[in-house]
Amino acid sequence: MGTYTRKLLTIVTEAAIEGAIRRDLTQLGARGYTITDARGRGDRGVRNASWETSGNIRIEVVCSSDTAAKISAHLEQHYYTHYAMIMYLADVEVLRSEKF
Amino acid sequence: MLDPIILFFLLGVVASLLGSELRLPAAIYDFVSALLLLAIGLKGGIELARQPFGALLPQMLAVVAMGLLLPLVAFPVLRYVGRLARADAASIAAHYGSVSVGTYAVAVAWFERREVAFEPHMPLLLTLLEVPAILVGIVLARGLSRQTRWGTVLHEVMLGKGIVLLLGGLVIGWIAGEDGLSGVKPLFFDLFKGLLAVFLLEMGLIAASQLGSLRRYGAFLVVFAITMPLFSALVGALLGNALGLSVGGSAMLAILAASASYIAVPAAMRISVPEANPTLSLTASLGITFPFNILVGIPLYHALAERIHAYTGA
Repeated sequence: MGTYTRKLLTIVTEAAIEGAIRRDLTQLGARGYTITDARGRGDRGVRNASWETSGNIRIEVVCSSDTAAKISAHLEQHYYTHYAMIMYLADVEVLRSEKF
Repeated sequence: MLDPIILFFLLGVVASLLGSELRLPAAIYDFVSALLLLAIGLKGGIELARQPFGALLPQMLAVVAMGLLLPLVAFPVLRYVGRLARADAASIAAHYGSVSVGTYAVAVAWFERREVAFEPHMPLLLTLLEVPAILVGIVLARGLSRQTRWGTVLHEVMLGKGIVLLLGGLVIGWIAGEDGLSGVKPLFFDLFKGLLAVFLLEMGLIAASQLGSLRRYGAFLVVFAITMPLFSALVGALLGNALGLSVGGSAMLAILAASASYIAVPAAMRISVPEANPTLSLTASLGITFPFNILVGIPLYHALAERIHAYTGA
């Protein structure tokens, strides 16, 4: 069975901006994404989800490397200064190329 | 003697300070707070159906004006006395102009226990007070900038959990009336105090966890978080008196004015004024003002309203 290489872009950020990011992702050409609630610790302290504003989310997007570059550049420009956010990229193999 | 529900709050505070891992599951907290919001809305709606809506209009306008005014008073104090950055001062000012439904719920329980009567349409005024301060806060931080997407801001604010459930409850209560709601009464009204106790346990845990950041922000924030509600309560009690509310009603308006938001405003500010530090405003409103209001404030503001009524001979 043939596989195709795509990018997995993972974004960990504040739950407060989930709506804004979802709109950005759709606009920038992501065909789908998966969001999970998350907790953790980073430069902006413990994000323990004990309160609505201290919740984190992890967003995973599988897409072409072009789209991944576009999304990460946009998010970096708009959110890095004021929000807790990290992103990382990985190569992944998918079975159905037309889905991503 | 302290109200038993306050003891639940203190249990949360003590458990958190001792380092207990106790936490309510997030879904339970959401559920309990949704039930409280609906119950408050329903109760207000039932009463609204009994009186002509037009007669309430002057009160509604006055309360909105108060919501616009309070952040305008808080902002210069934060900015020039506290030397806070503009965005931080604006964000905190918005928190203190808006309301805390949790504080209102505790006040309702306190009033009922002492059989203090108050105007039953308070939930309507509570709902009205949530929004104006948010808009003032954004303008204070940004100016009337064209970059602010007011449509999006209003959409987020009006469709936040608090407004939807309070307003929804008001409308349902208004349509259904007391008899129509007798079927759901056991859940919303009979269980109200129990739900409130669970809610306060979680609030105690959260409030105490905010205290860690106090050391970083110093004495000004503590002083502000106690004096601002005292000032707002005075404004609220005077306004209630001027509007011809009963002693209980004026005290309730004082409590609404004194309370600081910790749900609607933080969410709105995080999106609209991202450069404001959210820890700063939450530490003040949740870590200091909320405990102060439910432990000391409520009886104090009630006494204040009584004094004012005695002086004016109302």
